[in-house]
Amino acid sequence: MLAMSYRGPYRVRTVDKPMPEVLHPEDAIVRVTRSCICGSDLHLYHGMVPDTRVGSTFGHEFTGIVEEVGPLVQKLKVGDQVLVPFNVACGKCNFCKQGLYGNCHESNPMATAVGGIFGYSHTAGGYDGGQAEYVRVPYADVGPTIIPPEMDPDDAVLLTDVVPTGYQAAEMGGIKEGDTVIVFGAGPIGIMAARCAWFFGAARVIIIDHIDYRLAFAKNYAKCEAYNFKEMADPVVFLKKTTDWYGADVCIDCVGCEAEGNTLQTFSGRVMLMQAGSATALQWAINSVKKGGIVSVVGVYGPPYNFVPIGNVLNKGITIRANQSAPKRLMLKLIDHVLSGRLDPKGLITHRVPLKEVPDAYRLFSSKLDNCIKTVLIP
Amino acid sequence: MKPTNEDYKNIPGWGIDADPENEPTYPIKNYTGDDHNRIHYERSPQQPLTVEILLSTERPGPTAVFGTSVPPTGLSGTIRRYAFRNSEDRYRHWIPLILADRINVFEGLIDDIRTGHLPNLFKERGLGMEWKHNRIAVLTKVAFAALAGAALMISVKRKK
Ligand SMILES: NC(=O)c1ccc[n+]([C@@H]2O[C@H](COP(=O)([O-])OP(=O)(O)OC[C@H]3O[C@@H](n4cnc5c(N)ncnc54)[C@H](O)[C@@H]3O)[C@@H](O)[C@H]2O)c1
Ligand SMILES: [Zn+2]
Ligand SMILES: [Zn+2]
Repeated sequence: MLAMSYRGPYRVRTVDKPMPEVLHPEDAIVRVTRSCICGSDLHLYHGMVPDTRVGSTFGHEFTGIVEEVGPLVQKLKVGDQVLVPFNVACGKCNFCKQGLYGNCHESNPMATAVGGIFGYSHTAGGYDGGQAEYVRVPYADVGPTIIPPEMDPDDAVLLTDVVPTGYQAAEMGGIKEGDTVIVFGAGPIGIMAARCAWFFGAARVIIIDHIDYRLAFAKNYAKCEAYNFKEMADPVVFLKKTTDWYGADVCIDCVGCEAEGNTLQTFSGRVMLMQAGSATALQWAINSVKKGGIVSVVGVYGPPYNFVPIGNVLNKGITIRANQSAPKRLMLKLIDHVLSGRLDPKGLITHRVPLKEVPDAYRLFSSKLDNCIKTVLIP
Repeated sequence: MKPTNEDYKNIPGWGIDADPENEPTYPIKNYTGDDHNRIHYERSPQQPLTVEILLSTERPGPTAVFGTSVPPTGLSGTIRRYAFRNSEDRYRHWIPLILADRINVFEGLIDDIRTGHLPNLFKERGLGMEWKHNRIAVLTKVAFAALAGAALMISVKRKK
């Protein structure tokens, strides 16, 4: 079968790989119909995630048709059209039982700090991902959700990560009616977080990035204010001023470890790898939230550490909430938001690329070319 | 497991201020108290270990399922095995893994050449896209590289 193959930083190609097999009685094999490239994949593509092995297949956002099921699978049958949340989750461990599907204890033997994630390096369990024609899906009764027949397949594929992650980013902000919310990062995740902030009663939503086409897109899609930090002498002072010199009620980091905007962070984190990427957006979030405010983090940082102004977190009494999102926990609610028309996930898709052109698709998204917001690969 | 000796409950004031509403993890986590059972939950059957899997030292054994993609091999594999002797807390876990990743890139290239597949670096890097949509930046980079190259040549020649 055709599959994406990582060759090294900024190098990928398609290769012919053996078909995946059922390796556990709760596995299913899924024939992929759509798979996306995520901002998280860029951290792998740029060589930022330790234990990313040459020959790995990425891809954690995919839909497909069930091709084969293991003997213990009960809820799925061959031919079902499914969307598959990005986390591998057993549904039985204490973390899964309490809704923490992104923190499953039975899906990643290689690290205890990270749950299993499809196609996301050996630090996340060593699974081959969905940027391929077929993929092995463990715990097939837990994650995969049958796509409602009336749902657009493009909406379905974004329910595997972008929609739940953006939603959970806003949810973790504990937004109260009337709140001012600042979202850092106008990629698919940040745009979705800004859109979802309104669901919780925000009165003002501000998005920050440095790429003008993304800011324009976000302003229109998420009905929020949008500002370019490259045009600010000091982003934190700008944000303090625009919130009446008080600070935002809630700040949301949707950037993660490849943030730009602070030379020291960029040099130590992205060039020297002295920390797990640059923590500029998180630093800005902490420094522009009000005292007693909440910082929600979904931007991804790698192990082991980052330079973060923890003293300010303490002195300002900030609550930080962070996690890999758990699409499964939110699925019913989000399907309803989509089918009712309140959310339009497919509106984020700007590019469709055949799987065999995967190197171009990565480059397009990585370099933010051709006004790219979200790319879908079609096997 | 819950402690069998519950004498601590006789400590004056034990539990008097417990407030189940004080649960900052809600609604991301739906707290059930199951955490106190630690790892004694019902587990799925164990996936057979058919390939070499490197295990975190912070757990008692493999998880019920795991990925079997690209097992460790070669020099990078040796370094990865060393890395996994150290816990996730240690730099000597993560730095060797990054080193192994870089070495692995060369192993990949050598493998390619050995199997008669000359990798098309221009294509693998998606540079066609850069050329199509970002031509000025590409040309600037090439010009800078050419200038730097020329400067180097001149300085080398002068030294001679
Ligand atoms: N927690 C989760 O479950 C989860 C799930 C999916 C993605 N993510 C993470 O969310 C992040 C965003 O993903 P995406 O797909 O939107 O990626 P993306 O690369 O499309 O978007 C990131 C945006 O941040 C902008 N940016 C860079 N530095 C910034 C700064 N200092 N301030 C504000 N904006 C800045 C970039 O210009 C870019 O537009 C990534 O780190 C990704 O790994 C997390
Ligand atoms: Zn993703
Ligand atoms: Zn679990």
